[in-house]
Amino acid sequence: MSYQLVCGIETHIELATKTKIFCNCTTQFGGEPNTHCCPVCTGQPGALPVLNKQVIEYAVRAGLAVNCKINNNSHMDRKNYVYPDLPKAYQISQFDEPVCVDGYVELDSGKKIRIERIHIEEDAGKLVHDGGYTYVDYNRGGVPLIEIVSMADISTPQEAKEYAEKLQLIMRNVGVSDCKMQEGSMRCDVNVSIHQPNEPWGTRTEIKNINSLSNIVRAMGLEMERQEDILDAGEKVIQSTMRYDANSDTVYVLRSKENADDYRYFPEPDILRFVISQEKVEEIRNALPELPDAKLKRYINDMNLPENNARLIYKYKNVTEFFDAAVNEGASAGNVLNMILGPIYAALQTEEDKENFDIKTTSKQLADLVKLIDDKKIRANKAKETLSLMLESGKDVTEYIKADDLAGLSDDDLKVLCQGAIDANPKAVEDIKSGKDKAINVMFGYVMKNSRGKADVKKAEAIIRELIG
Amino acid sequence: MREVIAPLAKMLADKEISSVEITNKYITAIEQDNAKYNAYVSTTFEKALESAKNADEMIAQGSASLLTGIPMTLKDNICSDGDLTTCCSKILEGFKPYYDSTVWSKLKAQGAVMLGKTNMDEFAMGSTSETSCYGAPLNPRNTNHVTGGSSGGGASAVCANLAAYALGSDTGGSVRQPASFCGIVGLKPTYGAVSRYGLIAYGSSLDQIGVLANSVKDTAIVFDTISGVDEHDQTSVDFKFGSTADTLGQKDVKGLKIGIAREYFEGINSEIKDAIMQAVKFYEDNGAQIIDIKLPVLKQALPVYYIIACAEASSNLGRYDGIRYGYRAENFNDVEEMILKTRTQGFGEEVKRRIMLGTYVLSSGYYDAYYKKACLLRENLIADFDEIFNTCDVLIAPTAPNTAFPLNYSGASPVDMYLSDIATVPINITGVPAISIPVDNDSNGLPIGMQIIGKKFSEKLLLDTAYFYEKNAQDKVGNFEGGAVL
Repeated sequence: MSYQLVCGIETHIELATKTKIFCNCTTQFGGEPNTHCCPVCTGQPGALPVLNKQVIEYAVRAGLAVNCKINNNSHMDRKNYVYPDLPKAYQISQFDEPVCVDGYVELDSGKKIRIERIHIEEDAGKLVHDGGYTYVDYNRGGVPLIEIVSMADISTPQEAKEYAEKLQLIMRNVGVSDCKMQEGSMRCDVNVSIHQPNEPWGTRTEIKNINSLSNIVRAMGLEMERQEDILDAGEKVIQSTMRYDANSDTVYVLRSKENADDYRYFPEPDILRFVISQEKVEEIRNALPELPDAKLKRYINDMNLPENNARLIYKYKNVTEFFDAAVNEGASAGNVLNMILGPIYAALQTEEDKENFDIKTTSKQLADLVKLIDDKKIRANKAKETLSLMLESGKDVTEYIKADDLAGLSDDDLKVLCQGAIDANPKAVEDIKSGKDKAINVMFGYVMKNSRGKADVKKAEAIIRELIG
Repeated sequence: MREVIAPLAKMLADKEISSVEITNKYITAIEQDNAKYNAYVSTTFEKALESAKNADEMIAQGSASLLTGIPMTLKDNICSDGDLTTCCSKILEGFKPYYDSTVWSKLKAQGAVMLGKTNMDEFAMGSTSETSCYGAPLNPRNTNHVTGGSSGGGASAVCANLAAYALGSDTGGSVRQPASFCGIVGLKPTYGAVSRYGLIAYGSSLDQIGVLANSVKDTAIVFDTISGVDEHDQTSVDFKFGSTADTLGQKDVKGLKIGIAREYFEGINSEIKDAIMQAVKFYEDNGAQIIDIKLPVLKQALPVYYIIACAEASSNLGRYDGIRYGYRAENFNDVEEMILKTRTQGFGEEVKRRIMLGTYVLSSGYYDAYYKKACLLRENLIADFDEIFNTCDVLIAPTAPNTAFPLNYSGASPVDMYLSDIATVPINITGVPAISIPVDNDSNGLPIGMQIIGKKFSEKLLLDTAYFYEKNAQDKVGNFEGGAVL
């Protein structure tokens, strides 16, 4: 029986604003429990929420980055439910007037995964289970979130992973979040159902607690298998919330959702309706940086960079900024890229290192070095060595390569060197004359060594062959 | 009516008496009389004397205002840092907020002296203050009768001279109606004129903090201080009222257009009707123009109010779960059981009733029929009032269809009680301001209150109009003798 998958993903992303959505508490991750709190975010009697305008801006930015239409008029709603990590027993969210609607993320295949809506809401606190007790930490309570809801357009676990990865990339690039799944600043709830071709869609389940991109594929695979087994046995899939446990690599039922929860949504009376003027929307749109996929296209199509090399840098905002800046200084793109992928990446092992791109050398300094390669004044190997030294010290290229190092080799000097090579290597001369042409490399070696890498190999070859006869 | 604040302020300024002495007088009065009236549910005498000392310093340094050193009280649902604030509910027993409400911050900055917190209906849900977990406060005019509610304790304290003035809260009439029942002045400001930050919420789109005092001038003085936009409350409005107190007495009522809506008088007992119409005649005799108006939507105001108030309350009261503050049940096996037991044991009957009503009208399948419809009707009522204020400057109506009920009045079911709010709830629904002033007593000697209603931000006009009556009409209600009269 070959089942088809229908999948949609709800992604919660923590916005990187300095303060929470309804109060001035810091959004900084970590901290001693219950120290980033105030009457508002702990739901004290009498406290009132005050909407942080920057949250709206970030949401608009996020929406525009995924091609959404922005609602000029919007408001907040209360979503009522009881859970210990929700201090007011309601979450201030958005129900029927989300800030953004009708966007999409384009996969590499060209397929568009449509985005139904993006809305803003507050995060809940965190429950910590320890020694038979449960503790509540409200530091996270009130941290601003956007919830991005995709349509059920995803057909394979690979597509799901790619969608999540692209969302992550885009949101990082426009600066609304660091989207770290392991830290919880990006959380994907994956909805999965299977059906026979040409049959109606099956009952879906929702998988929570997936903490990495690759685990999306893992968890979906497990759940699809589970559902297949159920359907093959002639049973029905029950609508449930599932949990993926990374340690045991299993998916299990957390709670069944026989009846949908009634959240009794109603407009939040403490926060007035708000307007996002079209002017403001355009202002935010114009301030958007170039998005990763567009950048990749530009690198490949406009700059003719090899695709697999371009892919190694396009994800990292700081790296691409550095790259573009160096190219703007007049250095050739190909060589700049090689220098980045070589000595610079050698020092930046992890994803985080590349995100931060904390290096001493400036883009101008790199550009100066690369221009020497471009002008054939030094060779690539030499350049790489020099760059390693520059990265360590942060100094200019002129510190390591002096003017007279760069002085060209005159034809006469070259001729002298070539003669010297011949004189120093009689056996090699014999070999060449008797047909073992490879021996000429020994001549080259001598010339390069004694010219400190400055000799033009082709010219040297011509001269040597002429002298040998 | 008795002006309390300005005379006291003068005595303080003239060094005839100190704030500490005044405060001690009030403290003695409370110690003697509170058992009679049950107006106060908690007292803060030590802190009050501290504040009084500081107030005396402010006066000595010449930085005093009219409110400096004057003892007052807050309703038990208005937060002050470190003081018991329980909404007269078991579920908040022992609760002391760790922050100040904005209104209290403002008063504190002026050197006000808080004597304690006053009695109220539990979570402000009620019209007699009898649902208080501390027992009902009693009406000083006749202690066999209720004070009205939900700010009953504040009204009782002010009437009995156990506080110079009180802050209360008004969601459906809870400042005006007790003022009417106790024969004092009660003002509900425009929605948004006074910050709600620190007022423990009941009906968020209806609640406003109001003033209870013995005279219109006192009311104006306090309103001038507590009003103003607040960054902690996004529903507060930056309206520049200017000083409403300083200009009292400068206007008469010649040419004032007073609207009388016959719907307001339907079913009202004849004594009350007569008392109000006598007052209206007084205004007419002094040059006001009386205009007959129609308000057919008025009868829908009650269901609209109860649906919206209960819906918001069912959500606002969700946070009382025993986890972070207040009462927590004992003997439970898990969090869910703890929350269930805490709320079952901690909330009173009326509160539970309104939470259930509110939950029901918001629930899936009923939202459109009740809550959504109520909101649409609300828009109609707002439009109707806007229309009326194109032709009238103010409306005059009774504050309540009755005078103070006897205690434990068994003749009223919960719904009957709700119906008695008919005259006051339209004001909260539309967000306009209204003031209640005493105009006469009924044949049982119980005060009758007259409501003067204006359009949004017309507090100055309301206070002027009320002041004109107070100063020039015959005082048929009189002051209550007793308590701390200086």
